[in-house]
Amino acid sequence: MLAFLVRRLLTLALTAWLATLVVFAVLEAIPGDPALVMLGTSAQPEAVAALRAQMGLDRPWPVRYAGWVGGMLHGDFGTSLTYARPVAGLVADRLAITLPLAGLALLLSAGIAIPLGLFAAGRQGRAGDWAVMAFGQMGIAVPGFWFAILLILLFSVRLGWFSAGGFPGWEAGAAPALKALLLPAVALALPEAAILARITRTAALDTLREEYVRTAVAKGLPRRVVLRRHVLPNALIPVATILGLQFSFLVAGAVVVENVFTLPGLGRLLYQAIGQHDLIVVQSVVVLLAVTVVAVNALVDIACAAIDPRPRVTA
Amino acid sequence: MPNRQRRAALAVTMGAVLGLAGALAAGPVLAQAAPRTDLVVGMRLEPPHLDPTAGAAAAIDEVTYANLFEPLTRIDAEGKVVPGFAEKWEVSADGLTYTFHLRKGAKFHDGSDADSADVKFSLDRARGAESVNAQKGYFAAIAGVEAPDARTVVVTLSRPDGLFLFHMASGDAAIVAPESAGANKQTPVGTGPFKFERWVAGDRVVLVRNPDYDGPKPALERVTFRFINDPAAQVAALKAGDIDSFPQFDTYEALPQFRDDGAFTVMVGTTEGETILGTNNARKPFDDVRVRRAMAHAIDRKTLIDGVLFGNGAAIGSHFPPHRAGYVDLTGLYPYDPDKAKALLAEAGLPDGFATTLRLPPPIYARRSGELIAAMLAEVGIRVTVEPMEWAPWLEKVFKGKDYDLTLIAHTEPLDIDIYGRPDYYFNYQSERFNAVGAELDRTQDPAKRNALYGEQQRILAEDAVNGFLFMLPSATVQKSAVQGMWVNRPIQANDVTGVRWK
Repeated sequence: MLAFLVRRLLTLALTAWLATLVVFAVLEAIPGDPALVMLGTSAQPEAVAALRAQMGLDRPWPVRYAGWVGGMLHGDFGTSLTYARPVAGLVADRLAITLPLAGLALLLSAGIAIPLGLFAAGRQGRAGDWAVMAFGQMGIAVPGFWFAILLILLFSVRLGWFSAGGFPGWEAGAAPALKALLLPAVALALPEAAILARITRTAALDTLREEYVRTAVAKGLPRRVVLRRHVLPNALIPVATILGLQFSFLVAGAVVVENVFTLPGLGRLLYQAIGQHDLIVVQSVVVLLAVTVVAVNALVDIACAAIDPRPRVTA
Repeated sequence: MPNRQRRAALAVTMGAVLGLAGALAAGPVLAQAAPRTDLVVGMRLEPPHLDPTAGAAAAIDEVTYANLFEPLTRIDAEGKVVPGFAEKWEVSADGLTYTFHLRKGAKFHDGSDADSADVKFSLDRARGAESVNAQKGYFAAIAGVEAPDARTVVVTLSRPDGLFLFHMASGDAAIVAPESAGANKQTPVGTGPFKFERWVAGDRVVLVRNPDYDGPKPALERVTFRFINDPAAQVAALKAGDIDSFPQFDTYEALPQFRDDGAFTVMVGTTEGETILGTNNARKPFDDVRVRRAMAHAIDRKTLIDGVLFGNGAAIGSHFPPHRAGYVDLTGLYPYDPDKAKALLAEAGLPDGFATTLRLPPPIYARRSGELIAAMLAEVGIRVTVEPMEWAPWLEKVFKGKDYDLTLIAHTEPLDIDIYGRPDYYFNYQSERFNAVGAELDRTQDPAKRNALYGEQQRILAEDAVNGFLFMLPSATVQKSAVQGMWVNRPIQANDVTGVRWK
């Protein structure tokens, strides 16, 4: 197990370093002078030059790369060019929205998908199963942003129950903040739930074919009890793996959903930073996301290895 | 976890989520008798920070101008220069000495007195070597700033500058205090009728009424600026009642549905945004005035305005807005005439036309206009490859690098006809004649003479067909019908809410 852990951590470090290299190189290659973007079409050349010097853009790229990576190792992610604030603080502010959003979405999707998947497995081939499968197919096919717009049209414009977007800030109180997150979380959760429901169903069906389940049924246990006590725990392993893999989809989905609902989360920060050519923010956020995705997948691997020792031997 | 506990935990979590949803959905029901004293203003872009003296982003002024910060002079809703931090001023006969008399009771939001030392500090800071003021050129003519007493400031210029008072009315010339200037980006401290309350990054900036303001008190107690970039989200936010007023609403195709809805008012006014088909005058074949004139004849402005702005916008024939004094109507100089255009091209030795590239920045008006213009130019044999670009590469390549044939952009700075006299500007236009008139303008204070000179400059630009002069960007405002006092026109980029009230 220890060797497995070390191998996993080394891969993680290597991936992170590669991510910094790739991100930096790509952004170097894209034309565009951040100082010029900030000052716009009315800018005087000397003002642009002064700003470039102030932002350190006149230094050669190896110096800037080393400064950036070195800073990150010390927890210093640099200073945003547009917001003139430390990136770490900006990211922390945005995570305070994106993490609860993702958490709420994860909770909702698991809360919807796992019971639905089990329900469908228990009624394989019948109307209930068919309905769940149809829901799953639709959830996978409908783009997330479209679904988000439909939610806004219904619950905000038509019924007036929710704001059409925006975020009042946590300092405005937990209830208004959570209210602002609820519709986006639903928009984010449903496509995830659709996929997850299908996977839960398949995993449950696989488990239902196992000998021990047949034994349990033969003993005369009611089917609901069999599903809950024997099928669910075993079906949860593939579901957890998928949940981990879906993390990156959740992040990508958050970028879209945050933009539709104008939620100032990490995804929207990234989107805006790209538009404003705020290289430091883009670099740092992308690397942070890459490392998080890799780390989450590593954690899932480790968790699965802890439950089931077989991958440890083959990995 | 044993299964029973797991089940219980799941049930509790789901129950909590559903309960929360129910509780949140039932919003407060309010019956309001008194007029509201708060206002939510929608804006497309979030300001990067809140210091108008350290950034060119229009969004900074759109939040802070006149509301939070005050320059010496101010631009009013009609575009005129009116008193700001200075209540009156005198200009010497030679146009070189400006004496400003400051308001007596002015205070900064932190309670400190605002006086001539602050003005001297602000102007010296803006023109200093370390300055990152985006409009440093506005201060270039200043030779010295004196503060003979607490309420008087004397500014001496090294050369006459006919636009000095106009430029001193810009957000870039806002009066700031030495103690607070460094922190204005995050916690702005000005002298205006509103003061900064909070900023929810990425979402909103909140200003509240300044109880100690020495001038007329605004009717609003609280103003929230909310930033919504996505067109569909803007429409939804207005319809859902989240936004009270959305100036510079550029989803023009949505205007009819708001006009038809009695709960909303739509106002369409003017801006300073001359939209042009930017032309690289140094490149072949655009160095030939006949080619540029041919293009001018090939463009049908009416179709362009209908197609891009859904009819909301005025055609221009030179780089000057129709609503400004000194405007000369030159839209008839090159009437839409494809045959004339073809003849001019043939005369220039291009009977079969030519191939060229049109580089378009991201704004929607640019993308839409670009497609239409490419089609119009194709009619006369000019084969245009449209190349959409992101903002940063556009600035780098087209604006700074002058590496382009044609481009399309609105120039939104007020009274910016002087850009045609800048030696290194991206049009690559050079005209001794134009520059001579410009020098005359700088020496002239008399409004009537200035207007005549502006007219002359417009004629020169139109005759030379420097760029394709297309239309003025309109300023559409969509708001709840009970909101009164928002500016209809945009003489400068500002959301001055000091005179806004609810019916």
